[in-house]
Amino acid sequence: METQRPLPKPDQDSVVYWEAARRHELLLQQCGACNQFRFYPRSICPNCLSDEFEWRRAAGRGIVYSFTIIHRPPFPAFRDKVPYVLALVELSEGVRMMTNIVDCNPNTVEIGMAVEVTFEDVTEEVTLPQFKPAKA
Amino acid sequence: MARDPFSRSVVIAGVAESECGKGVGLSMLQHQALAAKRALADAGLSKGDVDAVMTTDVVGLPSLQIAEYLGIKPRFTDTTITGGSAFEVFVEHAALAITAGLAEVVLITYGSSLWTDHRRLVEQGGVDPRMPAAQFEMPYGDLSPIAGYALAAMRHMHAFGTTSEQLAEVVVSSRRWAALNPKALLREPVSIDDVIQSPMVASPFHKLDCCLMTDGGGALVITSTERARDLRARPVFLIGSGFRSTHLTITHMDDLTTTGAVSSGRQAFARAGLKPKDIDVVEIYDSFTFSVVVALEDLGFCKKGEGGAFVGQGRLAPGGELPTNTSGGGLSYTHPGALGIFLVIEAVRQLRGECGNRQVPNAQVALVHGIGGWLSAHATLILGA
Repeated sequence: METQRPLPKPDQDSVVYWEAARRHELLLQQCGACNQFRFYPRSICPNCLSDEFEWRRAAGRGIVYSFTIIHRPPFPAFRDKVPYVLALVELSEGVRMMTNIVDCNPNTVEIGMAVEVTFEDVTEEVTLPQFKPAKA
Repeated sequence: MARDPFSRSVVIAGVAESECGKGVGLSMLQHQALAAKRALADAGLSKGDVDAVMTTDVVGLPSLQIAEYLGIKPRFTDTTITGGSAFEVFVEHAALAITAGLAEVVLITYGSSLWTDHRRLVEQGGVDPRMPAAQFEMPYGDLSPIAGYALAAMRHMHAFGTTSEQLAEVVVSSRRWAALNPKALLREPVSIDDVIQSPMVASPFHKLDCCLMTDGGGALVITSTERARDLRARPVFLIGSGFRSTHLTITHMDDLTTTGAVSSGRQAFARAGLKPKDIDVVEIYDSFTFSVVVALEDLGFCKKGEGGAFVGQGRLAPGGELPTNTSGGGLSYTHPGALGIFLVIEAVRQLRGECGNRQVPNAQVALVHGIGGWLSAHATLILGA
C-alpha cells in the first residue's frame, strides 16, 4: 500500500530541498536582498521579488500553529496510519510548513507546543521532514 | 469608498437548478444544459439573446465547451477559476461586461456529477503534481479540502474558545431550513448531540460538520436593468460586490482566524451604501460549519471571536433574527462540488418572494458570500429586490 502514498516529485524549485531532506537536513531559502526566509521554495522572493537567495540550514525548531487529527484517510496508503496529526508548524525562522506531528500520542498535541524536526525515510529516494515534540 | 460602480444598472433576470441529488444520472454537461435552459425560461429569454457565457470547472476550454454544447456563439466569455466562489465573481464580471457595453445577456452555468465521480476524484487527490501542494502538503496525508478548514477551525477554537457545540448549531439551523425545502437532500431534524456523535473526520469536524457530496447544476441569467424591463420575472438588482483572495494553500493564510471576507464584505457594503443590520437574508458558502462562523464575523455581523456564540439560540434558523442559508445550503440541501451558484439562486428566489414555506417575510436585501479553495478566495454580493 505504501506505493500509493502521494510522494513529492521534485522540480526546478525544490530539488535542492528534497536532496537535503534525503541527507536529513532541513533547508530553507533566505532572500539575498531583504533577508526574509520563505517556504515553499521558489525562484523569487514573495516579499520583494528579488531572485537572489541562499539555502540555509534551518534550526529545525518551531511551535505548533494549528493541527487537526485526521480520522478518515485521504488515500488508501493512510488507512493504517489513522488517527494521525496534520499540523502547521511555525519555524523559528518565521515560516510555516505543513507536517505531521510524529513520535507521540495524537491526543497530547496542543497549539503552541514546541516541536523539532525529524526525518521519515519513506522510500529509498524520498525522505519527508517531519516534526516531533521537542526534548524538554 | 466609491458607491456601487454598477449603479443598480445590472439585474439577475433568471435562475434555475438542474436536478440535484445523489446519482441523478446526468453528465456534467447535461446538468449545465438543463439548468441553462430552465434559467433562460425563468428569465423569459431565448438562447439567441445570450451573447456571453461564463463557466468554470469544466475540463478543457470551459466557456467554449458550454457555448458549443448549447449552440451559442458568445462575444464575451469568462472562465475564472476561484473554486466555489467563482459564481459570485462571475456576477461581478457580468456586471462589468454589461455596463461596459461588451455584453447584454450573460449566461452563467455550473454542473457536476461529483457524487457519481467521487471515487475517481478522491484517488487523484484533486491536486495537480505541478502544484506545490502536491509536494509540500499531500505527502503528509492532507485530507483536502477538509483538513485546511479544520486547521483554521482549531486555531479559532484555541484563540476564542469556540466550541464543537457552537459549530453544531450551524447544522441544526441548516436542517431546520432544509425541512422547509422540498428539494433538500437531508430534511430530518438533527440535535447538537447528533452532530457531536457523528464520526470524527478531521478534528474538530465530525461527519455532520461537513457539506454533502451530490450531483447537480445551476444557471443564472444576468442582464441590464433596461433589457430586463419587459421580461417576465421580477428583476433582482446587483447593488454591491467585493472580492479578495489572500492565499491558495492553507499554509499561506496569514492568520487562520481572519479571512478575505473582511475585505470583500467591506467593499460590497460600501458600494451598496448598507450595513450588516440592513441585510434580511444571508447565504454563505457552508462547506463546513466553521465557514459560516468565520464569515459572519468577518462580514461584520458580529465581532471577531464571537461567531460561535452568535450562531446559537436559533439566530440563523427559520424565525431567527438573521435568516441564513435558507435553502439548507451545502450542509443539508445540495453540494455538487461547488455551491456558489446555488447561493445566488436561493437569494434571488427569496428576494422575489418565491420560497413558499421557507420564505423570509418581506426580504428586500440579501447578502451572498462565496468562498473558494482553502478559505482562499472570498466574493461577496449584495442583492436587492
